[in-house]
Amino acid sequence: MSRQRFALGATLVALALFPLAGATFYTELVTKVMILAIFALSLDLLVGYTGLVSFGHAAYYGIGAYALGLLAPKYEAANLWLTLPAAVLAAGIAALAVGVFVVRVKGIYFIMVTLAFAQMFYFIFHDTKIGRGSDGISMNFKPVAAIGSFMPFDLGNTTHVYYFVLVLLLVVFVFLRVVLRSPFGRALMGIRSNEHRMRSLGYPVYWYKLASFAVAGALAGLAGYLSALQFGFVNPELLSWHQSGNVLLMLILGGIGSLYGAVVGAFAFVALAEIFQALTRHWQLLLGATIVLLVIFLPGGLASVAARFRRTLIGEADHE
Amino acid sequence: MSEAILATNGLTRLFGGLAAANDVSIELERGKLHAVLGPNGAGKTTLINLLSGDLAASAGSITYKGENITRHSADRRSRIGIGRSYQKTNIFPAFTAFENCRLAAQSRVPRAMRIFTVAGAYRPVCDVAERALEAAGLAGRRDRIASAMSHGEQRQLEIAMVLATAPEVLLLDEPLAGMGAEEAARMVELLKQLAPHHAILLVEHDMDAVFAVADVITVMVNGQVLESGPPAQIRASAAVRQAYLGTDTEAAST
Repeated sequence: MSRQRFALGATLVALALFPLAGATFYTELVTKVMILAIFALSLDLLVGYTGLVSFGHAAYYGIGAYALGLLAPKYEAANLWLTLPAAVLAAGIAALAVGVFVVRVKGIYFIMVTLAFAQMFYFIFHDTKIGRGSDGISMNFKPVAAIGSFMPFDLGNTTHVYYFVLVLLLVVFVFLRVVLRSPFGRALMGIRSNEHRMRSLGYPVYWYKLASFAVAGALAGLAGYLSALQFGFVNPELLSWHQSGNVLLMLILGGIGSLYGAVVGAFAFVALAEIFQALTRHWQLLLGATIVLLVIFLPGGLASVAARFRRTLIGEADHE
Repeated sequence: MSEAILATNGLTRLFGGLAAANDVSIELERGKLHAVLGPNGAGKTTLINLLSGDLAASAGSITYKGENITRHSADRRSRIGIGRSYQKTNIFPAFTAFENCRLAAQSRVPRAMRIFTVAGAYRPVCDVAERALEAAGLAGRRDRIASAMSHGEQRQLEIAMVLATAPEVLLLDEPLAGMGAEEAARMVELLKQLAPHHAILLVEHDMDAVFAVADVITVMVNGQVLESGPPAQIRASAAVRQAYLGTDTEAAST
């Protein structure tokens, strides 16, 4: 436990110091990764702790992004403090509405139904004028963080955006930790472990799963909003099933059901993609092969490496 | 007249053309242990599943404290006081024995949906869980991971979890199955302690145990009630002997 805390603290310090290196490209890249880490964390609540494997989680990511795209006025900057909660709320409500239907089904059916709903959202943005079709929306101005005439930070500044995202990543991480220690979180883990028994113990399982689905959707919306903020651009691909697949892969890479695994997975996914892209045009082939090998030889994901290392090399007793 | 806390009237469950439970009318009273006997396939587990809400009734009704609960969901029945255990151990294998019971006890408190509190720090729920472990004889196994416990201990945990939900009605599906002699004896003791304060429905194959603890015995065959009455009546019944007990003794004597 304390070792884990130390690792988390060290990671945090490293992330906090990173922009001081002054490489703008990498500051932006890590910002992107931290946004994806928030996205992966939101999915971990569903997959890792509630036992609901959603294959349509990008829908809520995309809705959060489009919320900014649609709310941003054409000739002036949007206000962060209005649009961010609106985006989180919009994604949460969308997830709640979809959840009413999808959490009734299980297993493979749950996967397919979440995918179907995500495709519906995708086509709403792709084929209608609501979000300007497949071209998407370019925003002319970055949102501003103005509170009255006071401007605490500048979202046009790469470093400021970096720290803003880092703080939100930390907030989401701590929020999920708190939730998972709570009676509600324990009940979710019970549902993941043995839904049938939870029901016979008196838990209205449906409402727990619905709440989990809505919270995960809202947090994915936060990540989507931040992505739109960073790139100043949204298009339907944000909601595509590739995106849903990618975030699942991040979880699988990092390790499902450990929170920090989601963060590690986001970093690993982007790092592997960058490395393989530099090597070859067929980088996705290499990425796919790497993931297959990882799943076979490291079923607990990268987050389990430290524990494995201790067990096998140092011979530390395998405490319960 | 003693009043039934849980009663069924003409309860029937069809699987295709087969009536797994056929026109079953039984009553459970507080302070009484009602055992259900019958050969395999007699419909004993189906009866428990119908009472607990794991299965929906095809016909007939279930009344609990004067209220018709035939259409209530399983979780709702649990919350109003009908607890059950399973024949096939049905626990949270990755959790400790304590957490299995704590989760069970947590289902009784309205704060179960709360997000900003620490689950393990809420004393009342933890106390209930500790008492349930102790009652089931598992106090010394508190921090064992459930999947690492022996089969007998898992059976005890199964009971401890039901007790942690503080039910008024206990539906116990073969609690002694797979237990060693010592564990079984302790479970029989526990059943005797629980009987005065609960209405218990016990499905069990262990004849000695059943006749030692039951106030009422119902014998089921092919989904139907063959005979119901005090142990002495069942023991003396020619119909029961022929349909069920007799075949056993004949098989044993040949």
